[in-house]
Order: sequence, then C-alpha cells, then structure tokens
Amino acid sequence: MHPRIGTGLTVMLCLPVLAGLAGTLLPAFGYLPALGGTQVTFRHFEALADQPHILRSALISLSAGLTSTFVALVVVATFVAGFAGTRSFAFIQHLLSPLLAVPHAASAFAIAFLIAPSGFLLRIISPELTGFTRPPDWLIPNDPLGLSMMSGLIAKEIPFLLLVMLAALPQLPVANARRLMTALGYNRVSGFAIALWPLLYRQVRLPVFAVLVYATSVVDVAMILGPQLPPTLPVRIARWLADDDVGTRFLASAGAVLQLALGLLAIAIWLGVERLGRICHRRLSSSGKRLVGDGFLRLAAASVMAVSAAFIFIGLGLLALWSVAGLWPFPDRLPTSLTFRTWDRALGALAAPLATTITIALLSSLVALAIAIGLLSRSAHRSADRWLPVFLPLLVPEIAFVFGLQVLSVAVGLSPSVATVAAVHLVFVLPYVLLSLGPPWRALDRRYEQIASGLGKSPLAILVTIRLPMLLRACLTAFAVGFAVSISLYLPTVLIGAGRVTTITTEAVALSSGGDRRIIGVYALLQALLPFLGFLVASLVPQLLFRHRRAMRI
Amino acid sequence: MQTPGKTMALTLCDVTIRLAGQLLLSVSAMVMPGDVLTIMGPSGAGKSALLAYIGGFLDPAFVANGAVRLGQEDLIGLPPQRRHAGILFQDPLLFPHLSVGGNIVFAIPEAIKGRDTRRRLAEEALDEVGLGGFFDRDPETLSGGQKARVALQRVLLSEPRLLLLDEPFSKLDMALRQQARELVFAKARSAGLPTILVTHDLADADAAGGALIHIGAETQS
Repeated sequence: MHPRIGTGLTVMLCLPVLAGLAGTLLPAFGYLPALGGTQVTFRHFEALADQPHILRSALISLSAGLTSTFVALVVVATFVAGFAGTRSFAFIQHLLSPLLAVPHAASAFAIAFLIAPSGFLLRIISPELTGFTRPPDWLIPNDPLGLSMMSGLIAKEIPFLLLVMLAALPQLPVANARRLMTALGYNRVSGFAIALWPLLYRQVRLPVFAVLVYATSVVDVAMILGPQLPPTLPVRIARWLADDDVGTRFLASAGAVLQLALGLLAIAIWLGVERLGRICHRRLSSSGKRLVGDGFLRLAAASVMAVSAAFIFIGLGLLALWSVAGLWPFPDRLPTSLTFRTWDRALGALAAPLATTITIALLSSLVALAIAIGLLSRSAHRSADRWLPVFLPLLVPEIAFVFGLQVLSVAVGLSPSVATVAAVHLVFVLPYVLLSLGPPWRALDRRYEQIASGLGKSPLAILVTIRLPMLLRACLTAFAVGFAVSISLYLPTVLIGAGRVTTITTEAVALSSGGDRRIIGVYALLQALLPFLGFLVASLVPQLLFRHRRAMRI
Repeated sequence: MQTPGKTMALTLCDVTIRLAGQLLLSVSAMVMPGDVLTIMGPSGAGKSALLAYIGGFLDPAFVANGAVRLGQEDLIGLPPQRRHAGILFQDPLLFPHLSVGGNIVFAIPEAIKGRDTRRRLAEEALDEVGLGGFFDRDPETLSGGQKARVALQRVLLSEPRLLLLDEPFSKLDMALRQQARELVFAKARSAGLPTILVTHDLADADAAGGALIHIGAETQS
C-alpha cells in the first residue's frame, strides 16, 4: 500500500548496517587510505590465520552460540507446550519478564558471583559437604569449554524467547488445538508439538536467528564468563581494536570479516538443524505415538526456567551484598560486617559515567520513539510483514558492522562523542522500540480516529490529541525498552566511544579482569538497576496522569 | 447548534463499491436537510464501506467510485477533516483519556474561542440530554445509554454538515433503543442535517421515517 514508507523504513534500518559492513570489508582487504592502505591484499587474512589458536577461538564462539540458542529454544518451547494457559505459566512469565531488562553484563556478573570457586554456591555447602576451607583451584567461570558462558547466555535468552513466543501465541488456535489433541489421546507436550509448534516456530524464527547471531558474536558476556586462553573470537577482535597499533586495525577488520562468516555459518548450521527438526516432526506426527506421560518433560522445562531466573535474581542480590560487604572470607556464607566504604570510594568516579549512560540512553530511546511514531503513523495498518529490515541490525554480528561505522566516522572526521555513540545506539534501539510499539499501535480501534476526523480534526491533531494519549502507556513502555537496550550495549559504546565516552556498562565490563568483587558489585548493580528506572517511569506516569480514567489504567 | 438554513442536501451519484473486483453496492440518492436515508442489507454487503467512503476513511482494500456532493460541493476531493461528516458507530467510543465534558469540548469547532465559553457550551449540551453535572466524570463510569447520549452531543456540537449513522442503536437494550432513536432523529431533523443510516433492523428504518434502500439482496438469495 505504501511502497515509499516500506522503502524508507528499509533504508533507515539497513543503511547503517550496509555502510558499516563496507567499512569493515574494505580495510580487511587492505583498503584504508587513512592508514595508508590503498592496495587490495589478502595479507591481513594471512596474519589472522597466523594468530595462535584462532580456530579454537572461532569454534568456541560458534559452539557457544549454537548450543545456548538450541538449549534455550528447547527449554522455552517445552515450557510453552506444557504450560500454555495454566496458572504456573502466568507465574513463571511474571517471574521472568523483569529479567529481560537486566543487561547481559550484569546478569553475567550475577552468575559469576554464584558459580565461582569462591562464589555463593560453594560457600553454602562448604566446608561441611566439600571440606573446602579455601576456594578450590577450579577454572570457573572462565572454563576453557565456555560452559559458564553458555549458561549465562541461556539464562538471558530464555526470557527473550519466552516473550517472543508469548507475543506470537495469541495468533494461534491454542485452546482449540489442545482440546482436539487431548481428544485424540495426545498429552500436552506432544499435542502442542504436533499441532502448533510449526506455526509458532514460523512466527519466532527471525528472533531466534537474532539470538543465534548475538550469542555467536557476544563480547561482554564472553569477557566476564568466557574462556581466557584463548578468549573467544569476538573478544579477541575487540582487544585488537583497542590496540593503538595501526597494524592491528587491519587484523581486526579481517577478524570482523571472519566473525561475519561465522555468523553466516551458524545460520547455515541452524538451517540444517531446522531441516532435521522438520523430519523428526513429520516422523512423530505420522507415527501416531502418543508419548504418554509428559510429566517429566514439563517438570524439567519449568525447573530450568525457574532455576535460570533464580540464578540471576540471587546473583543480583549477591552483587548488592558484595557492594556493601566488609570482610567476607571464604567459606563464610555472609559478610562479617557491612559498610558503605565501597560506595563512598566509587561515588566520585561513578558520577560522570552514570550521567553519560543516562544521557545516551535518553537520547537514543527518545529519538527512536519519535522515529517509530513517525514510521508507524505513516504506514498505519501494515508493516507487520516487514520483519526483515527491522531485524537486520540484529541479524548481523554487531562487531562486523559497528567496527566499519567507526572506520567511516573517523574517515569523515567525526570525533567520538556522546552524540555519535547515541547515534549508533539508535541503530540497535530502534528495532526494539518498533517491535514494542507496533502491536499496540495496530491494535488501537481505528474508529476513534475516524470519529475525530469527522469532528474536523487534522491528522496531526488526531495523532497528538487522540492516538498518542491513548497509547501513552505503550509509548512509554517502548521508550523503556529502548532505554534498557541502550544501557546494555557494550561493544558499540566501546568502539564508537573509543575510550573517550565511558558508561557504567563499559566501566563494569572493564572491571571484570580486575576481580575486585566489591567495586564490580557497585557497577554491575547500578547497571542492572538503571533499566528499571525506565520501566518505573513507564508504569507510574500513566497511573498519575490517568488516575481518574478507569479505562486507561489497564 | 446550527440553524437549518445553512445546511444543504447530500447527493450520492452512481456510488459503487467493489471488493476484490466484486461489486458490493451501487447507490444513487438525494438526502434533503433533516431527512434520513436508511440503507438496509446483510452484514458484509458494504453498508459500512459506503459510510467510510463518504466520511473519507475507506479501507484501501475497497475500490469505490462515484460522486458525493453536499449542495454543489464535491466531498470526495476533500480530506476527511474538511468534510465535517459526523459519525456515530455501534459503540459510543468516547475518548477514554478525556473527561465526559472534555469529549464534547474537543468536538467544538476552533472558531468558538474562550475556555469558559467552550465549557459552558459543553455543559449546556450535557444538560440537554439529562446529564447535567457530568462534565468532570470519567466516561468509563457512565451507563451505555448515557455514553450514547454523550457521543450524540459530541458529534452535534462539532457542527457537522451531514450525519452518518453506522447501526448506532444495535448495542442498546430494547427500552433504551426507542428513546435513542427518537433523540437522534429529532436532533438531526432540528439541526437540518442530511443523514444516512445503515442498519439491519427494520425498526430503525421505521423510526427514521425516510427513504429506504435495500442492498445486497441478490447475494443473499
């Protein structure tokens, strides 16, 4: 209906990605005039291949991405199949939705504080069960196989995939299918798997790809929980980028191209898994197997969901506790004293990054909200089918195009500033804001606007006086989602900020190598709490503004 | 409220509406100021689409042709907000974020200036339909019949040039329905508004007392 709008949206979402990819690809093949590279060469790829254990770094990233995505998807799918429409479902859903707002880095720290050899889990059972009076010499959380990293990724992917499936469920005939499959003698899980899973999966496929690519290319979680010798590929690229030596820039861009290839490979393998899944599904459907007794599966899925949520919640509590802990020797379960000395000490250094973090998050999410409103108000009743451009910035490994954006911004003479960082945050914030605002936008009864235009109001007046006030809560929620996304962004902030723009997130991740738990506790706790500011505003403002309007308080 | 002298007749000239290439309806009619043209037909016959075409918010899935004129002026060429086609739906659709009075003040034309004047007009309008003192109420606290009356006053105070009624009585219960019909048709008549009513309730058509057009009969049989 509105090809122009579709194009506009596509360009707006794709341009930064494509420009960034170009900015990455050219230096990888030796072309970067600013640094004296004018000849096309494969030298930098050879240099990349000569890096020690580069293959291992790449394979760890690939396997972590595939494994964590697969496990999270299976757990969430089994849970949805086993519990959709029940009271436990609502309970776990409420338990998990706040986790979506917790930044990756903060939840990675939370998990590290739990599972480390001197962490809370071992303290609970030591020395009585383990005999440990000193923390054991285990390589956790930075185990060489990346298992800690995968668990951290799974814990964050679960709430995201659950939310995405929840958004898709209302479009499926869940209740009817269950009645039918029960009547045919199928239990909940196998009935759901046969009747509804293909429909549901089709709806959540792109978000699943986004999760896969993200998990394959993640930097902050990998720095906190991932292996160290060697680190994962994205972490190594990020280190090369931080290096001042000119030569390593070329190496980094060759690495970013490898990362891009790795993302594509992950998707290719996933497509194979999908094909395998289809075959199994067909077998299962035509075999007529009733698979009685899905109790164990349901219990297992619900337990993993609950435990992963509990891990992050308890871990966040530990961050808070460490930030005010005095002396806390192993294996004491609680600190021997509480003190605000760490906060006192940190406060001076905190103020500036805190202000920067909030400024960037406000800027990027408010601009994203304005753009989303503009796009949606023009392409009124369509665009639900335009998922691909919306997801493109999420489907390409961030390191592969943000690095290119940095190269381009240097090339055009932009120096790192709050504004340039906010502009790049916008690329990641906008898709989430659009995804959050789109459904309520389309759900508003259009007759309200038809009435208003019959009353003689212009489209702009209707937008401002009718639609936006009626969608105030949805707009603020979309803003809060964008705010939370911006807070959690690590790599784009580091790359574009180039050390001159520091946020709570970059500071927290930088502290991870130091190992001072008290100060990490302060930064990670703040990082975890900041997103909730946005959601607090989103829930309080409509309550206050519409306290005399019953229909507006749902 | 406006005087009958200023209003003009509404003419529908060979108006056709198609959906996916199929002709849904074809209408030619003239509605004099204060008269009601009733259009009856089964659901899916394009009745609401006809109103949407006149009002200027037809879903792009439909293809509509034909002239709609108010006096000599062509309405279809105008943007919806300049057609001043007041519309009442099945649901009162009071704006939930505004007060009862706020809904009516919103509708009063900009030309009428002054906060106090506008508020007084709205209060009088509420008084007229037995809702005096309801100005500051939350629309959600009103009964269905009360909401319908506010919706009617809202559309009338916007000084419309014609009235489009999309089954506005079908959701009211029997006792209220007759009252609401009388109120709406009396108001439309006294304001001299050419009115089009679409319905599938023959009692609506009887109460309207004007011309009656059946559509979609062939597809039904």
